[in-house]
Amino acid sequence: MTVRFLSSGDSALVVEFGDRIERRLSEEVLRLAAQIRRAALAGIVETVPTLRSLMVHYDPLKASAAELKRAIEALMGAKGRLEQEARLWRVPVCYEGGFAPDLAYVAKETGLAAEEVVALHAGQRYHVYMIGFLPGLPYMGDLPERLVLPRRVDPRVRLPPGSVAIATTMTIIYPLECPGGWHLIGATPVRLFDAQLPAPALLAPGDAVEFEAIDKRSFAKVRAAVERGDYQVPHERLSP
Amino acid sequence: MRAALKTVAPGLHTTVQDLGRYGYQAVGVPVSGALDSLSFRLANRLAGNDDNAAALEILYQGPTLEVAADSLRVALAGGDAELELLAEGRRRVGGWRSLLLTRGEAFRVRGPSETACCYLAVEGGFAVPPCLGSASTYARGSFGGFAGRALRSGDLLPLARESAVERAELTLPQPPPPAREQTIRVILGPQADHFTDAALALLLESEFRVSKDADRMGLRLDGPRLAHRDGYNIASDGIATGAIQVPGSGQAILLLADHQTTGGYPKIATVISADLPVAGRRRPGDRVRFAAIEVEEAEALRRAQEVELAALSASFVPAAAAGGLDHARLYDLNLISGVVSGHE
Repeated sequence: MTVRFLSSGDSALVVEFGDRIERRLSEEVLRLAAQIRRAALAGIVETVPTLRSLMVHYDPLKASAAELKRAIEALMGAKGRLEQEARLWRVPVCYEGGFAPDLAYVAKETGLAAEEVVALHAGQRYHVYMIGFLPGLPYMGDLPERLVLPRRVDPRVRLPPGSVAIATTMTIIYPLECPGGWHLIGATPVRLFDAQLPAPALLAPGDAVEFEAIDKRSFAKVRAAVERGDYQVPHERLSP
Repeated sequence: MRAALKTVAPGLHTTVQDLGRYGYQAVGVPVSGALDSLSFRLANRLAGNDDNAAALEILYQGPTLEVAADSLRVALAGGDAELELLAEGRRRVGGWRSLLLTRGEAFRVRGPSETACCYLAVEGGFAVPPCLGSASTYARGSFGGFAGRALRSGDLLPLARESAVERAELTLPQPPPPAREQTIRVILGPQADHFTDAALALLLESEFRVSKDADRMGLRLDGPRLAHRDGYNIASDGIATGAIQVPGSGQAILLLADHQTTGGYPKIATVISADLPVAGRRRPGDRVRFAAIEVEEAEALRRAQEVELAALSASFVPAAAAGGLDHARLYDLNLISGVVSGHE
């Protein structure tokens, strides 16, 4: 694999593993992020894993691009096992009625019954490739091939938080009210981002997610528990 | 009652900021922080603070504020912005200096008109609770700063100090120029190879203008269309502050403090860190020209800028020595003799 180092100004380096969305590339990105975290290289402010590259933000008064590139290359050459602290989350999703305004459209476009779309979407374990665009918004993949569709032509101006959406090979959850162009096929009552918590995002890059289909009544119950601060999304440590 | 600065009128978009929120970009949280970090740091230094103390960023149109503390030292920095004291026959006091105010005094920030933003620091800083390690407001996410939003009338901004330290007022004799015409230096990439040679030439040879679509997230630039080589979608990757992203329209967007952490449009070039303050000061209608340099040069420019900033701080002089007329002292005398104009 050819790794490219690209400068984004004098405060960020992009370590690019490829130009496509692939699990294999994502694993490399996450592995390097963990290596850098553990090595605590001088001058690095933070790293941002994305679909196929790692952005390394640094303080140009403490390290130069050339120094960092050498240090990162040395880390990448190092062997050794890497324990990831990934978790598997079981996120409840209601795929019914008003929570799933695009379910009928997706069913029509894919030639499936609505129940089949739900079964496919909820029947898969997803990898969290990255968190981005908005605080706490997870990009999860890969979708079952039969659910792959382009984005909407007309993005919606306003989506409710918790909307579960699909487009291309990915599924996402909108954490805040925002505009969006993905197909809404459900909603989760859980909160994906809370700025008041020391670890504000529920999910982290490298985590795994499964969706558990729930009905409207369970949605209301979980939502109420979330609002009381009385709900934990079921999760477990993933063995590496 | 707790010491506060009261918002009489909020201005256009006045927010509490510091130098940014780091460590959470991996979970999608933008850095935020002051658009013009140089003026921000000078305001804090004039007020006697650490560089990172929470201060007000004032965009385009200043607020009117009233002191609800025994006394308060403020310092305004940024372009030509100045303070207008609402008592005292609306006397104006220039920026780039500290000023002592007492309880009940109200003032309006006039401007900024040369620059997009200016900064009002208060001695000791604003005592807003840090959110994810920073006092910066991220209004889109409704967190940080004061209540996660821009100021509104009636807001009481908590002050860290009950009263001002006894010391002479300071002024910066030669403030940095707003540099509205300065060419902004960039490093090409990270996705320069996604653009045609003609687009790269246009970026560096053309004059752009800041459109009216300008906010803390970024400046949309009017100018020539920058053509992509093949397609304008990339698999999302990280975004650094100062990145110039080009969506399908071919219209460049210079991304600033509140920019999203990741994105799927190619970035043709990235503004060097030393020129980010200059970029953050640009207003709609301002001209923008870019020049490409190498990363080593950018690093040297940034180090030089820190030396320059240290020299500026070392050049602070007591306000009495600045410009012949000692406004602060006259003002203090007025207070002592109880002369306060009864009309506004």
